[in-house]
Amino acid sequence: MKGNEAIAHAAIRCGCDGYFGYPITPQSEILETLAAQKPWETTGMVVLQAESEVASINMLYGGGGAGKRVMTSSSSPGVALMQEGIAYMAGAEIPGLIVNVQRGGPGLGTIQPSQGDYFQATRGGGNGDYQIIVLAPASVQEMADFVDLSFELAFKYRIPAMILSDGVIGQVMEKVKLPPFKPRRSEEEILRDCPWATTGRRNGRPINVITSLELQPEAMEKHNLHLQEKYKTICANEVRVEEMQTEDADFLIVAFGSAARIAQKAILDLRQEGIRVGLLRPITLWPFPYDRIRELAGQVKGILTFEINAGQMVQDVRLAVEGRTPVTQYGKMGGIVPTPDEVIATLKSDFHI
Amino acid sequence: MTQEIIISGFGGQGVLSMGKILAYSALMEGKEVSWMPAYGPEQRGGTANVTIIISDERISSPIVSTFDTAIVLNQPSLEKFEPKVKAGGALIYDSYGISIPPRRTDIEIYEINAMDAAAEMGNSKGFNMIVLGGLLKLRPILEIENVLKALRKTLPERHHHLIPANEAALRKGFEIIKKV
Repeated sequence: MKGNEAIAHAAIRCGCDGYFGYPITPQSEILETLAAQKPWETTGMVVLQAESEVASINMLYGGGGAGKRVMTSSSSPGVALMQEGIAYMAGAEIPGLIVNVQRGGPGLGTIQPSQGDYFQATRGGGNGDYQIIVLAPASVQEMADFVDLSFELAFKYRIPAMILSDGVIGQVMEKVKLPPFKPRRSEEEILRDCPWATTGRRNGRPINVITSLELQPEAMEKHNLHLQEKYKTICANEVRVEEMQTEDADFLIVAFGSAARIAQKAILDLRQEGIRVGLLRPITLWPFPYDRIRELAGQVKGILTFEINAGQMVQDVRLAVEGRTPVTQYGKMGGIVPTPDEVIATLKSDFHI
Repeated sequence: MTQEIIISGFGGQGVLSMGKILAYSALMEGKEVSWMPAYGPEQRGGTANVTIIISDERISSPIVSTFDTAIVLNQPSLEKFEPKVKAGGALIYDSYGISIPPRRTDIEIYEINAMDAAAEMGNSKGFNMIVLGGLLKLRPILEIENVLKALRKTLPERHHHLIPANEAALRKGFEIIKKV
């Protein structure tokens, strides 16, 4: 099945309470699959086509604020519209899942694949000092697996989580093993697990207020410090990477999502020529695997950052490497997906192999 | 073993469906598969193509630079993908949509007059299954029986009466593909 379809099936299976979204290529199959599956008749999951992306993200704010597992999905320009809502969710510490199946930009750009929203996702398109958890799937299987993982992390830390995919992984069909069915949480379970949520005040408990507004500077500073503390904890505990043939590597490619798949093929071909190249694939783009890249920088003669954009993640790679080894970047824009041969040629010319 | 295949032609010729049937059939034989369409507005009347990879091992990139086999069903597709067939690989074309035939000498070139055959059989929609039959003759990656099984599994019940016509088309393709 397609990556987009896998997201929809996984959402139903992992006990998602609600989906709110607005169609946009290349991710419309998520909403279409949910509509065809009619989960409101089986699990009771709500599926709603909102009037806009802005409406969708604010429905997430409301649903997440009530302790429900809610999600939305869109593609780049649609996710740009959601940034205000995401910043509000981050400020009010509301969990929720946003799926971005990226296409080329800026603006309306193109409907073809891109990874140009790396900055938007990891730096935050909204205002203020905040982060969200960003997971980058590289297969249809991970599209399915990361839905539940995102919800788990989002509720564990009370933070929005994003699946940052792209048109390749959204549209490609591969084998997938769907996760087992997990029931939606009951009202009692939400009361127990989300004591902060607006679940209706009973038994005289203090009023739960969900807001990102605080006009007292001292109180706001305290809240900011609390958020930063939380982000540090996430950085310490939730970094995820996949490595391929890094043990004996003389050169390293750092790539995420679909680019990592293309890099895998390039590495297999390079190894056949006797050139020892390894792959580090950040699975979490935030928190970013600075430490592991720094370690590998001491081992290799050069690092090629390969991403389908003008060079965004390369900034994080350089921050990790701190000049220990040369770092170069390769990518394309306009919705053009580079082939493994181009990656091979770039690596050879960058490092004079 | 890994087969990297591109199928390219006009939108509406059944290029994506042919790829899907191939991918499902391979899946049912327990193989690893990847089906990557060139999606977008070109599917409405323009050129459509799909990359299918079938392998005994985990597939790395769904996007590849060169192909073991290219099936080209119109002139723009031939021009785009003839140079991307690996040396020693194969190119299959239907002369109906091709005015300037392929010229490479380091690949095997096959012709299949599927459009004409489909018209003769009175089953113009069977065109893509004839081409698929030709491919399977050339690249025995799958048994025709497994393709039929895949059709039975993926087609809604109400379309099952079309399976015999599809089988005939597959066998026709098997018969008429010829080396140039």
